[in-house]
Amino acid sequence: MKTRGNSTPARPPRSYFPILAHVLALLAVAPLLWVLVSVLKPAEDVFSFSWPSTWTLDNLQYVLLKIPLPRFLLNSALVAVVVTVVALFFHSMAAYALARLRFPGRGIIFSGIMSTLLVSLPVILVPLFLVAKQLGLLDSYAGLIVPSIFHAFGIFLLRQYYLNIPRELEEAADLDGCGYWRRYWSVILPLSRPVLASLSVLFFLANWNAFLWPLTITRNPDLRVIQLGIAGMQGQYASAWNLILAAAVIAAIPTVVVFVAGQKRLVDAMKTTGLK
Amino acid sequence: MVATTAPPSKPPVVARASRQKTPMTRKRREALAAYAFLAPDVIGLLVFVALPMVLAFGVAFFKVDGFGNYQYIGLDNYKLMASDDQLWSSLRITGLYVVTFVPLAFVVSFALAMLVRNHFRGIGWVRSAFFLPHVVSLVVVGLIWQFLLVDKRGAISKLLAPLGLGDVSFLGTPSLALGTYVVISVWFVMGYQMLVFLAGLKDVPKELEDAAQIDGASASQRFRFVIWPLLRPTSFFVVVNSTIGAVTGLQAFDLVYVLTRGGPARSTSTVVLYIYEQAFTFNNMGYAAALTTVVVGLLILCTGLMFAFTRGGRFDED
Repeated sequence: MKTRGNSTPARPPRSYFPILAHVLALLAVAPLLWVLVSVLKPAEDVFSFSWPSTWTLDNLQYVLLKIPLPRFLLNSALVAVVVTVVALFFHSMAAYALARLRFPGRGIIFSGIMSTLLVSLPVILVPLFLVAKQLGLLDSYAGLIVPSIFHAFGIFLLRQYYLNIPRELEEAADLDGCGYWRRYWSVILPLSRPVLASLSVLFFLANWNAFLWPLTITRNPDLRVIQLGIAGMQGQYASAWNLILAAAVIAAIPTVVVFVAGQKRLVDAMKTTGLK
Repeated sequence: MVATTAPPSKPPVVARASRQKTPMTRKRREALAAYAFLAPDVIGLLVFVALPMVLAFGVAFFKVDGFGNYQYIGLDNYKLMASDDQLWSSLRITGLYVVTFVPLAFVVSFALAMLVRNHFRGIGWVRSAFFLPHVVSLVVVGLIWQFLLVDKRGAISKLLAPLGLGDVSFLGTPSLALGTYVVISVWFVMGYQMLVFLAGLKDVPKELEDAAQIDGASASQRFRFVIWPLLRPTSFFVVVNSTIGAVTGLQAFDLVYVLTRGGPARSTSTVVLYIYEQAFTFNNMGYAAALTTVVVGLLILCTGLMFAFTRGGRFDED
């Protein structure tokens, strides 16, 4: 044992751990998989505890054609994309100033921004609603989009990233006579593509999955986002579980696709939250 | 090398010229540029985060009706709380949720992180599988579990039928609903917390563990005396983060709203859900704002206590 220790790092007695990990992983996704299978069963078989006798797309088709689900999906896509793009733009500008420029009050502004990190939506929901109402944002796309843009986390992450970009790159641009805007736009922004990609995955998911704020700020059915749409089916289609699940699966597909495509980036961004 | 090949005179002259001309304006220009870059986010955060926080403390002293009429009533909203049984029961439920969810999520995600720490075949899929529930929205999570937990006909009932538990109504029994909500929450967050632990574990130097092993430390000793102490900051972060999430995070609203709407018999009515109901079902905006200030106070108190007790999770470093 002791002589072998430094030549082979693998530990044979532990080899059953990977098997356990695989089994647990399967258990973890089993609820999702079971729902996926159930959606592909004929309506009357949703609760049958067996493999589908016949596979069918009827449930998915029905929800897409007979319920204004496409409208909800479009609303969500619009809100999630606009919030993500604008937030990345604003946050990277703010982070650039905090990381690279010297100005009076930098420390105070930075700690002020960081102190909002602990504030979550449910905490400020009621007063935020009153503010939005005063600003005439009730029942509008602006109401769905604007308040969702501002969050300290993105600023924090981008600032960390910018602190690590070598100063020489910017100084070269300075010598070429570039103003601050050009330095930000043509030097810093292109260099921050990886972190912007990570954050865009994160922001898109958060906004696609948003429920509480849209529930609070909109009444108009035309403005309904997908999460509201599927939650609303609970009441409307009470026990038509084949349809409710079909809608839920459709709502979940973009998130799973974005997750699989941007997995590495997402994981990088998520991990950073723990590195404080 | 660079000095010999590049013409050394030209760029410095340009730079010096611009700097010498007006040293003050350059500094001022930098400051002005910085404020311009910061303006959109700072204004946004002030209007949509800071202002609501301050406003909550102001509105708490008013009675606000459905038409938006404000009437000053002093401390009446706070006095009302003393006799509000539903408030106390929702505080108790949130408390119960925190003391069960936080430790359970901690242990489960820590165990998962240890399990997928070292490389093995298919580790990528295993890690993704644990994280996948966190990607799906809380509304979808709520709907999925409602379906799986449908009384008698649902998949869980059928799975448990051989054990004689086929008739148990997990979401319909007041004494079971909160526990069910806790388990579903753990399923939702375990992948995320696992990632945070994995990031922390990456910082544990392999040499330390190897050294301990050479000195004859068993696996459990290595865990107790090497990994665990080095993970204190990460563990602290997870506990604080998960406590805040459990009290005021979206999981305290979205999930219960879809899963049970606070029922049965208000057994899963969290504080956050109760505040929402007061504000938007009963139109008691002022009272809801007062409740908000209480929750903020409690949260600051809890976090402060945790910091004080653990000195930021680093109490072993003296």
